[in-house]
Amino acid sequence: MQRTIRTRPTLPFSPEGDDGLIVCRCEEITKGEIRRAVYDGMRSMNEVKRYLRAGMGLCQGQTCQRLVQGILSRELGLPLGETGRIRGRVPARPVILEDFGMSDGDSEGV
Amino acid sequence: MDADFRRSDVLIIGGGIVGCATAYRLGKRGVKALVIEKSEIGAGGSCRNAGGVRQSARDVRELPLAMHAVSDIWPTLGEELEIDVEYRQRGNLRLGKTEAHIKALTALVAKSVSAGLDVRMITGDEARAICPHMSDEVAGASWCPTDGHANPLHTTFGFYKKALEYGAAFVTGVTVHGLKKIRGRTRQALTDDGVYEADRVLLCAGYESRAIANTVGVDIPVEREVSEVFVTEQRPPMFDVMLGTSDADFYGHQSKHGSFVLGGMGGMEKYTSNDASVATHGITAPRLSRGVIKYFPTLRDIKVLRTWAGHYDVCIDGVPVVDNVGEAPGLTLAFGFCGHGFGISPAVSLALSELIIDGESKSIDVSALGYDRFRAKS
Repeated sequence: MQRTIRTRPTLPFSPEGDDGLIVCRCEEITKGEIRRAVYDGMRSMNEVKRYLRAGMGLCQGQTCQRLVQGILSRELGLPLGETGRIRGRVPARPVILEDFGMSDGDSEGV
Repeated sequence: MDADFRRSDVLIIGGGIVGCATAYRLGKRGVKALVIEKSEIGAGGSCRNAGGVRQSARDVRELPLAMHAVSDIWPTLGEELEIDVEYRQRGNLRLGKTEAHIKALTALVAKSVSAGLDVRMITGDEARAICPHMSDEVAGASWCPTDGHANPLHTTFGFYKKALEYGAAFVTGVTVHGLKKIRGRTRQALTDDGVYEADRVLLCAGYESRAIANTVGVDIPVEREVSEVFVTEQRPPMFDVMLGTSDADFYGHQSKHGSFVLGGMGGMEKYTSNDASVATHGITAPRLSRGVIKYFPTLRDIKVLRTWAGHYDVCIDGVPVVDNVGEAPGLTLAFGFCGHGFGISPAVSLALSELIIDGESKSIDVSALGYDRFRAKS
């Protein structure tokens, strides 16, 4: 992990014309909210996710991860490959609780 | 410039909620903190917990912290941090299904009552009146109406953001290997990025704190144990209380977002989880799912979206160390929270800021959480 120094921002937040654009569709998080999160001190994909819920919805970031990475890399002035990615989580797609618990007497389990 | 950055009034090792909140409180009193974090902000237990803000079923030694947090800090914390911490004070139900459960719960209640907490035993029907949708298997519960839950992510990042505003600095991606005394005082942190120095050092890095404290001759009996949580899709509001069970089948709540955040253990963690990995285990969340369905049959068709795991820093006697270290002047310890640190962290940070600046915790009694309380069997 790269050393990152974090201090209070010195310039005010500057809004952009397309800040209202929805980037994370599942949780309805906009580009402006992601830019604001970086301004507030978030420096990684996981921090943005935890702060805003971007990538926490039904698709678990399948749709928005690359877009959020793009915004993050522009805001932080980092190459696209250096923003990291959100932690992948089990199950890979949503599973009904009863199936997940293998508690249905009629099923044969996994 | 780099040399300046490496010096501060207080070095805080660990960028979790305790480190962020203490940096904020120090900043408010004009003391500058530099927080060193090896990973990301809140990457440990601070963002890996189910958000309980609970006084009931706590050890009486940490009850003063829990009661102060609930009465004096949590109700206005969102306004103070200017972020929605999603604090809901709608009570905590600890559920029992069998006679043995009820007996265990009754004993816990008696202890809390003697320490001055408003908590009582209620019947299964009374519990179902508070939290409908619960199955008839619930035979009784302990009920603490002033308990609740909050959003650990927003709370942690809220403290972080406020700490920055009040002049604290943070450095992430830097690992502390040890501490060094200069003329008898704990002043330096030795890291993979060179030496950082301050007049005071706060060590609040969870389980990893133990090895760091060892480098100045202090050992706190803390081990780590993994615990897991699963998160569901959104549902319309179903209940607002914080839930736990006597049998530890699961604990958790429905978040403001609508998702259910439910956690617990698979039962084999003591023998499988003492390593640095926080990967989830294939048997744990399914076990929790079975537990949840027994208490809430109506949730059987809700979708599980993700699972995650985190480490408890388990102290041998079940409560943390929050204290200044006599033999290593300048060093303050705060770790060993045993999986119930989030709810008390706003109060812990207040106690820590006073321990650091004033030499003693005046607002809250933390005298039972001393670093030198551990004794071998006589």
